[in-house]
Amino acid sequence: MIVIIDYQAGNLTSVVRSLKALGVEGTVTQDPAVVAQATRVIFPGVGAAGKAMATLRELGLDQALRRSLARGIPILGICLGAQVILARSEENDTACLGLLPGRTLTLPRTEGLKIPHMGWNRVRFLSEHRVFKGLPEGAEYYFVHSYYPAPAQTAMVLGVTDHGIEFPSAIGWRNLVATQFHPEKSGRFGLQILENFLVWDGSDAE
Amino acid sequence: MLSKRIIPCLDVRDGRTTKGIKFRNNVDIGDPVAMARLYYEAGADELVFYDITASSDRRNIMIDVVRRVAAEILIPFSVGGGIRNLNDMRDVLLAGAEKVSVNSAAILDPALITAGAQAFGSQCIVLGMDVKGVPPSLTTPSGYEMVIHGGRTPMGIDALWWAQEAVRLGAGEICLNSIDADGTQAGYELTLTRMISEAVPIPVIASGGAGAPEHLHQVLAQGRADAALIASMVHFGAYTIKGIKDYLAQRGIPVRLVW
Repeated sequence: MIVIIDYQAGNLTSVVRSLKALGVEGTVTQDPAVVAQATRVIFPGVGAAGKAMATLRELGLDQALRRSLARGIPILGICLGAQVILARSEENDTACLGLLPGRTLTLPRTEGLKIPHMGWNRVRFLSEHRVFKGLPEGAEYYFVHSYYPAPAQTAMVLGVTDHGIEFPSAIGWRNLVATQFHPEKSGRFGLQILENFLVWDGSDAE
Repeated sequence: MLSKRIIPCLDVRDGRTTKGIKFRNNVDIGDPVAMARLYYEAGADELVFYDITASSDRRNIMIDVVRRVAAEILIPFSVGGGIRNLNDMRDVLLAGAEKVSVNSAAILDPALITAGAQAFGSQCIVLGMDVKGVPPSLTTPSGYEMVIHGGRTPMGIDALWWAQEAVRLGAGEICLNSIDADGTQAGYELTLTRMISEAVPIPVIASGGAGAPEHLHQVLAQGRADAALIASMVHFGAYTIKGIKDYLAQRGIPVRLVW
């Protein structure tokens, strides 16, 4: 069972829809008991870190995510879901899940560049990760964010993107992988990433 | 580097795509769902739908269009026109749109922007601005005035002030339409676009006046726009999105070329 975690952080219809395009039914849930049954977890979300963490704790989904990580099942974080997996966020100065060591930082304001970073941008992949296989040179992905994930170890940075600074846009470790961009809104290359995730056994992220 | 977005705009009336000049003389140009699919495959970076359905009891037709479009394309799209309250926003977002665009309703009730941003996130809330050039005055010092009802009703509100106010209220993006340029195909309003884009920290989509690829180059370079809305120039087959993007790329504008 592929579980999509619903913690009232934005609209999940596009994630559900893109799985459907791959012929897969995702189970949207707020229930930790359902997450415990999952063979795969997608952890999306948009919005603010403070409110997101409060809701995750209230629903018991923080523990459910930690147990999923410990069980070794493949986990995919998207956007806010790639940020709150770190230990802390500068947004609302929030203590986060700590599935990976590191912090979520504010995108610095640069002359002539807009924040939020909204639109299509490239990702320079730094490792041969199975979730990011089969993507052509020059492919772009859809971003909407004002903060970015900064894992504590460089080996956890799987891809980087330029918007004034070069920031980690794909991160991961062991059975966890996460993208700051939205694969579910990134056309067929985004769909390729989701398809790769659905067949990934979670073993070779290192 | 962030690409500049090329965004086809579809005006939808009673479930059909239509196109008019300055909101008049509308002709039927096709099924919005089929057109969305074609533009998605042709390299559109995003789509905008404006519901210009005359009567509010036919709103459900638009929601059905949104739902069917969402099932066809895997890029973001926004829906505007007739969005009056949080329920209208929720309806289009749950049907599968990424963003909602508010225009007249936000001028009449600015708190709607804040309420929408709090309920759905700033990234969902696009401020649509219909703007007309006027002689600078005490109420419109920038020389640009907000108008509603397709340009027929001047509001006595300065466009530059309103753009900055909307950012403060929580808008995540601005779709800036020049009523003077709209439908002319003679080029975007560059002075207006640059003025607004430089004054706000959020992305600005330029709208109104696109007739040739050089117009997009002008508005994305000199006009400092983050994205450009196009309609007639692609709806009637004079240009393709690929052709426009190749033209821009050759002139150093970052655009998405692989899709």
